[in-house]
Amino acid sequence: MVSPALASRPLESAVWAALHDVHDPEIPTISVVDLGVVHRVVVDGGCVRVELLPTFVGCPAIDVMRDAVAQRLAGFADHVSVEISFAEPWTSERITPEGRAALRRSGFAPPPAGLPDDGRALPVLPLAECPYCGSRNTSLENVFGPTLCRAIYHCADCRQPFEQFKMV
Amino acid sequence: MTGPARRPTRQLLAPDVPDFDRRQLPPNVRDALAGLLLAMADDEFVIGFWDSEWTGIAPLLEEDVAFSSLAQDEIGHARAWYEMLAVLAGETADRLAFGREPAQYRHARLLDHPRTDWAFSIARRWLYDTADSVRLGALARSAFEPLAEVVAKVRREERYHLMHVDVWLRRLAAHAGEPRQRLERALEVLAPDALTVFTPLPGEWLLVESGVMSETNEQLAERWRAEVGGLLEELGLPALPADRPPAGGRNGHADSESFSWLWGEFTAVHRLEEGVTW
Repeated sequence: MVSPALASRPLESAVWAALHDVHDPEIPTISVVDLGVVHRVVVDGGCVRVELLPTFVGCPAIDVMRDAVAQRLAGFADHVSVEISFAEPWTSERITPEGRAALRRSGFAPPPAGLPDDGRALPVLPLAECPYCGSRNTSLENVFGPTLCRAIYHCADCRQPFEQFKMV
Repeated sequence: MTGPARRPTRQLLAPDVPDFDRRQLPPNVRDALAGLLLAMADDEFVIGFWDSEWTGIAPLLEEDVAFSSLAQDEIGHARAWYEMLAVLAGETADRLAFGREPAQYRHARLLDHPRTDWAFSIARRWLYDTADSVRLGALARSAFEPLAEVVAKVRREERYHLMHVDVWLRRLAAHAGEPRQRLERALEVLAPDALTVFTPLPGEWLLVESGVMSETNEQLAERWRAEVGGLLEELGLPALPADRPPAGGRNGHADSESFSWLWGEFTAVHRLEEGVTW
């Protein structure tokens, strides 16, 4: 769906629509838009600039995403640039409701949402909901997982290990 | 287009400049800033490589994963600082990271010590992480926007490091006998060197005057002692030294056998073929 503000800017609107086709290489069910990685799209005459916010500073997937975005947008304008930005910190609150559903579909618990967070001390993290059976009877096995953005859990009800996209 | 108003001090650069223009900085401030970035980049880079030494051989499988993840985080942070420095210095991040001799690195001498045993690595991580956290807290208010922006992001990630190392420090301290003895011994060796994280930088007064740093390293060392000394006292562990940060705390790495060995490891590919990608 295109917001009324975007409807009057067809190129920008087309860019956002195309960005939904670009997925996180580490979790291919979620698009860069639903992951909240797209900071903004700037259209200026014949130039399109997309700014991406890394989920983690050391995330190796950000370079892959940057290349994939540039490839998807090739031909949209005379000049397309994709830049990494830290203008605001990416936080797990940026994942959209569609993105949270996409995470669940691929076996990842979405990060805790709506916790008060001043960016300093970590809030007390509630246990993750098992993406397979929906149980909260789970335990955090390791706050560090196979990628920077994932923690490892175990579900005591369906006895399935699973991963959670970390709150950050 | 800026985020929430979090930096009330003077701005050296207009906000919202993704790729900042180094010519906008007065040359003497630029040089001092380069020194700050190099110190932070080398700190994160070197501790990241020491952490990676635990991959596959940590005492628990969970810690294999944890230390590998910590290493990836720290080297990622180092990359961000090297890239910022590369813009200032007209260099490339790779050449800065891999293309120098051991004597040219500017990490804190705390990070010259080898991995040693688990208690030693935990003690060093605790000392470094808490010191780094105090430094990042001060730089979050930096007038140099590109620095403050990355710091805001890095701090959110470092919370996991602090939580992890806090659990391990308490766990080792709580086990009388070998775990606690090894921890105490490690802290005795490392605590004096921990102050080297706060080594005064060349031209530091310029950084404070221009608002790049909100406090001097000596003030940061005081703050660190006040903030974290209480936990050592609570656990009955050796206190932090009351000395001032040493002047040469980021030099002399060529004399460190363990750092020279680590340098040989992390530069091996670069020395084989400069600029290679894989």
